[in-house]
Amino acid sequence: MTIAPPVVRTAPSTASRGGGSGSVSWMAWPALVAFTIFGILPLFGVLALSFTSWNGISPELSLTGLDSWKTVLSDPGLPHAIWVTFLIMALSWLAQTPLSILLGVFIAAHKRYRTVLAVLFFIPLLLSQAAIAITYKMLLDPNFGLGASLGVEFLQQDWLGDSTLAVGVVIFVVSWQWIPFHSLIYQGGIRQIPASMYEAAEIDGAGRIRQFFSITLPQLKYTIITSSTLMVVGSLTFFDLIWVLTAGGPGDATRALAVDMYVTGFRSNLMGPASAIAVILVLVGLGLALLLRRLGGRDASQSQLEGA
Amino acid sequence: MKRRNFLSLSAGAAAATGLAACGKSGPGDSSSGGGSGDKDAAGYWFLSGPPGEPIRQGAVDRFNKANSANQIKVTAIQNDAYKDKLKTSLGAGQAPSIIWGWGGGGLKSYVDAGQVDDLTDWFGQNAAVKDRLFKASFGPATIDKKIYAMPCETVQPIVMLYNKEAFEKAGVAAPPQTWAELMSILPKFNEKGIAPFSLGGQSRWTNMMWLEFLFDRIGGPEVMDAVYGGQKDAWNNPAAIDALTKTQELVNAKGFIKGFSSITADSNADQALLYRGKAAMELHGSWSYGIIKAEGGNFIKDGKLGFFNFPAVDGGKGDPTNTYGNAGQYLSIYSKASEHQKETAKKFFTSLLDDTEQQGWIETGGVPIVQDAKAKLAASPDAEFLNFVFDVSSKAAGFGQSWDQALSPSSAETLLDNIAKLFQLQVTPQQFATNMNAVIGK
Repeated sequence: MTIAPPVVRTAPSTASRGGGSGSVSWMAWPALVAFTIFGILPLFGVLALSFTSWNGISPELSLTGLDSWKTVLSDPGLPHAIWVTFLIMALSWLAQTPLSILLGVFIAAHKRYRTVLAVLFFIPLLLSQAAIAITYKMLLDPNFGLGASLGVEFLQQDWLGDSTLAVGVVIFVVSWQWIPFHSLIYQGGIRQIPASMYEAAEIDGAGRIRQFFSITLPQLKYTIITSSTLMVVGSLTFFDLIWVLTAGGPGDATRALAVDMYVTGFRSNLMGPASAIAVILVLVGLGLALLLRRLGGRDASQSQLEGA
Repeated sequence: MKRRNFLSLSAGAAAATGLAACGKSGPGDSSSGGGSGDKDAAGYWFLSGPPGEPIRQGAVDRFNKANSANQIKVTAIQNDAYKDKLKTSLGAGQAPSIIWGWGGGGLKSYVDAGQVDDLTDWFGQNAAVKDRLFKASFGPATIDKKIYAMPCETVQPIVMLYNKEAFEKAGVAAPPQTWAELMSILPKFNEKGIAPFSLGGQSRWTNMMWLEFLFDRIGGPEVMDAVYGGQKDAWNNPAAIDALTKTQELVNAKGFIKGFSSITADSNADQALLYRGKAAMELHGSWSYGIIKAEGGNFIKDGKLGFFNFPAVDGGKGDPTNTYGNAGQYLSIYSKASEHQKETAKKFFTSLLDDTEQQGWIETGGVPIVQDAKAKLAASPDAEFLNFVFDVSSKAAGFGQSWDQALSPSSAETLLDNIAKLFQLQVTPQQFATNMNAVIGK
């Protein structure tokens, strides 16, 4: 998963557009140059490749126009891969968001034992996805895994060999790894809510639960959007975890777009169609990010806070 | 925000791009290295790790010592990374002079791209090099009647391995000789809580081995020859449908261990199931012997491992001595290598599989692809298994190539995908055939 900076809305200022802004624009240049070389140029390279047919071995490329696109768009595997991608995206969002908010609230309070716990919660984030995937794969092994060693009947399922369970496992592992990260974002957001609001609510006789729904949640609106953007866009790039855990299987139950792209390009040697899938992946990601921006951008009156 | 977010997005998508583009930076065929007196050494990449690496390295060392004017410079690369790395280096025009591989469809894609040299004439002039090797080993090296690779190393047929202790427990006296017999003993194992067959189903090619044998036993090699030949609807052959149906019958009869779809062959868990007695039998490549020997404790020493050839199918047209697997490993010459490098490579080919190298392979439980290797096998502590493998290989009426190696990479991927679904009972035999018919000749 990629980590983007939190949402920072430019203040709707008019007066601050003073003389100084022109002189600092050079500061953007180093990032822009790096981004052009490593972000934009390869992107165009992929776009160009998607109009060719190349097996990755042969020294010459042959221009085949829209052939690769026709192959990809007529392949029943594509809608399935998109479905799997969105399924994992939606379910992992659903699993992560409530838990992250609750954990965020819990660790936001200034109590020492909670600070200690917060550090422990953070551990999964330090591990690489491949390591996590290998560990879970071993733990879930139906014959030598946790269930078999402890003799717990419930754990002795064919976790990665059953289509429904395998999707569930992927979502669980994703959530396990990323909930700490999102809790941290929420913790930051919650700590920025002015204490005076809670004091006022208390005087008005609002209980803890009422305070949570009437103050905390509305105030976290932009934090939720930030965190959701990261989750949604990040879930498009899940590859290593799925690849190691299930390799897209069983059958094609967990074959998300990124996995489909790799298999098409590097197993089937079809770089043209694989590039077309990559372009689709970029477009889907861009579309989603813009959509989420729209959702959050309209009325700024509900929250006094910006991001986390 | 918008731009930065775009950056993070495209960083992910660019992983794809990066993968495609990164080939340019692969290590090239460095001609500056080399040993004494040879400025234009031939590059040679091979798979790292025991048991093969020290033997391959030893062969090169002896060659370099004996030929000061022709040096070979080696790079050992991990199995998983090797295929991708070689592919990108070929795409970038930076491949090593000597290309190690599995022959078949992979080799064909190099041939089609004009990346490897035709060695037919060279073998014509050096008949002695050719004649001392197993005839079957030239199958995967031959594309359109021309030889593009030098067979080397060992022959690895796919055989049935079984746990004698599990057989005793279940009260099964002898390994099954026919398919009907095989099906009839399944309940005996299941009753005792032993799975009849171990299977690393997530790797998919493991499942494929079952189909290879069933297709061959029922319909003979002609069934797949029609597929390779691009014949329309070749997968609709009644023999093919019968084989696919029998496979699903086996799955339904609880023939395979529970959870086989989540077991990978790479972790050797499927062999572990066999030697730990959780499964009674396994269909696997002969290299499993080395794995069980290394990891299975005293399992082999105590004489608990048995082996037999895949049983015949009653009424089947195929010769029951036919086998499948790796008829050898293959060395090709990169077409863009210099004349001197090519000469070095050819010289190296003639030096391969000398007595020391043969002995090395035998010690790992492998049978070298040399006609007169049999004499050397008797002295080995693994003589019983080695002789079995030698007999299966040398007496086979036909030595079939792994389907996924024989087909083009894109059809192979479709095949493996459908095989996984077949074993998951997600497609019927007819759907399987229809899906595969759609990619014939592609």
